[in-house]
Amino acid sequence: MTETDNIGTTVDLTPMRSKKLSRSVFRRFLRHRLAVVGGAMVVILLSSALCAPLLAPHDPLLIETSQRFLAPGDNAAFPLGTDELGRDTLSRLLYGGQISLVVGITAMLMTVITGSLVGIVSGYFGGWIDNVLMRFVDTMLCFPQVFLLLVIAAFVTPSLLSISLIIGLTSWMEVARIIRSEILTLKEQDFIKAAVCYGSSHTRIMVRELLPNAMAPILVAATLKVATAVLMESYISYLGYGIQPPLASWGNMLTNAQGYFDTVPFLAILPGVMITLTVMSFNFLGDGLRDALDPRLKMGQ
Amino acid sequence: MLQFILKRLLYAIPLLIGVSIIGFALMHLAPGGPLGVYTLNPTVSVQDIERIKVIYGLDQPTYIQYMRWAGNMLVGDWGNTFFGGRPVLIVILERVPATLLLAGLSLSIAILLGTGIGMLGAVQRYSIFDYLATTGAMFALSFPTFWFGLMAIFVFAVEMRWFPSGGMFELGEEGNVLDLLHHLVLPTVVLSLVIVATWSRYSRSGFLEVIGQDYIRTAHAKGLSNRLVITRHAFPNAAIPLIALLGVQMPFLFSGALVTETIFGWPGMGRLFVDALTMKEYPVLMGLMMFTAVFVIVGNLLADIGVAMVDPRIRLEG
Repeated sequence: MTETDNIGTTVDLTPMRSKKLSRSVFRRFLRHRLAVVGGAMVVILLSSALCAPLLAPHDPLLIETSQRFLAPGDNAAFPLGTDELGRDTLSRLLYGGQISLVVGITAMLMTVITGSLVGIVSGYFGGWIDNVLMRFVDTMLCFPQVFLLLVIAAFVTPSLLSISLIIGLTSWMEVARIIRSEILTLKEQDFIKAAVCYGSSHTRIMVRELLPNAMAPILVAATLKVATAVLMESYISYLGYGIQPPLASWGNMLTNAQGYFDTVPFLAILPGVMITLTVMSFNFLGDGLRDALDPRLKMGQ
Repeated sequence: MLQFILKRLLYAIPLLIGVSIIGFALMHLAPGGPLGVYTLNPTVSVQDIERIKVIYGLDQPTYIQYMRWAGNMLVGDWGNTFFGGRPVLIVILERVPATLLLAGLSLSIAILLGTGIGMLGAVQRYSIFDYLATTGAMFALSFPTFWFGLMAIFVFAVEMRWFPSGGMFELGEEGNVLDLLHHLVLPTVVLSLVIVATWSRYSRSGFLEVIGQDYIRTAHAKGLSNRLVITRHAFPNAAIPLIALLGVQMPFLFSGALVTETIFGWPGMGRLFVDALTMKEYPVLMGLMMFTAVFVIVGNLLADIGVAMVDPRIRLEG
C-alpha cells in the first residue's frame, strides 16, 4: 500500500516483506555495484602506480623544449600531451599518482594506527585515561584541519614521509572516536569478561580480544582515510607546501597548470580528474565496506 | 537549563586551555622559534636577536612565556605583525566580515538545499532521485575544492565571462552591493558544494531513522496527510541532530573557506592565513589558529545549548 500526497511524494506505509526485500536487494545491488567499481578502480590505480616505470612512455622529469604545450593526440609519442617545459603529461600523471598514493596510504596507516591505539586504550581503561585522551581529541578537533596541516607543513622540510606524517597526525581523531565507541560496546560482552576471569593481561585483552573484534570499523575507516589523505596531500601540494617540483604530484601539477589555464586547460583538467577519480574510488569502496561489514550502520541508513 | 549551560561552559574551559597550549607549542616549533623572521634574516645580528628576545620575554622559562602569552591573548593583546607592526587582532578582525559573508551565505544555502535533498531522498527512499542524490553527494565529496573552483573560473569567468574570476569588488565599485553579489556567486557555489553533500547525507540518514519510528506510523494511521506527518512530526525530531552537526561542521567550513578564498582572491581570514604563511608572519598565523579554534568552541557551545533548548531529553539528561 502506498500513498501519494499532494506534493507528489510516495511513501510506503506497510512493511510488506516481499516488496521491502526486493527493494533492499535492488538497493544493495546498486550500492555494491558502486563499491565493486570503486574496488576495481582502486586496483587499477594501485597497479598503474606500481608499474609507472613500465607504463610511462617518458621520463617524467625529461624536458623537451621543442615539444611544449602539445595537446592530447598531437604527437603519438605524447599521448596526453606535454606541459610548459615539454614534459610528458601521461608520465607525470603516472608518477604523480605513485606519490599521491604512497602519501595517501602512509598517512592512512599513521591515522589508523594512532586512532586505533588511542581509541582502544581510551575505551578499554575508561576513567581518567579516557577523559584525558578524549579531551585531547576534542581539543585537536577545534582546529580546522587545513590550517593545522599548512602551519606544520610550512615548518618542516617537505618530503614524502614528513607530509604523510603531518596528514596522519592531524586526522586520527575521528578514527579514535569511532574505535572508542566500538570498544565501549565490546567491553560489556561476555567474552571480554571471560578473558578478565582467565586473568589475561590488559595488553592481551586489548590486542588479542578487542582489536580483532573492532577490525570492521577500522577497515572502513582505513579505506575512507586514504581518500581524505589523497585529498589533503593535493591541498597542501597545490598551496605549495607539499611535494616540491620538479617531482610531480597531482596537486602541484595543478598549481603549475593554473598559469596556462586559458591556453591549455587540459593541463589543469587531467590531474583534477585523477584526484577526483582516486578519492571517489576509495570513498565508494569504503562506503560499500561499511554497508557490508557494519550491520548497525546499515540499519541506520 | 541554567545548570546545563553552566556545565557546558565549564566544559569549554579545559578545551580553551588545551587549544592555547597547542597554539603556543606550534609557535615554538617554528624554525627559528617565534622570531623566525629575524633569526632567518642574515642582516639581523645575533646581538639584536638577543635584545629582541629580552623585549618579548623569550629569555624567560617556557611556562612563564606561556602564561604571559595566554594572559595577553585574553586581554586582546595578540602582538604585532612583523611587517608593518600593526596589532594582529585588528589585522584579523578586518578580515572577519568577508569570511563571515562568504561562509555564512554558503552555509545557509547549503543547509537549505542539503536538508531538502536529504529529506526528499529519505521520503522517496530507493527512488531514482534518492539514488542520484546519494551518488551525486559522493561525487561532490570527492572533488578537490580548489580544482572545482579552478574549473568554475575557467568555464564561467574565462570562457563565458558571466562572473568575475576573483576579488570582492571591481575597481572603483567598492561598496556596490550588486557588484559584491556578482563576485559572490562563484565562491559561494564552490564553498557550498561540499557542505550540501555532507548535509544531505546526514539529513537523509537522520530522516530515515525518524521515519522508521512508531510514532510516525501512528501519525500515518491517524490519517494525517503525508505532508503534515513529514513537516510536523518527522522534521522537528530529524532536525535536532542537525543543529549539533552545525557545530561539528565549523572547522570544515573554515578549511573550505581557506581554499575557496585562496582561489578567488577573496579578502577573508583564509586568504590572510595563506599570505601570512608565505610571509612567515607567525603572530598572525597563531592569532588565526586561536581565533578559529575559539570560534569553533563557541559555535559548538551554542549548538549544544540550541539542541538542549529544543530537546528536553538532552536537557534533563544533563
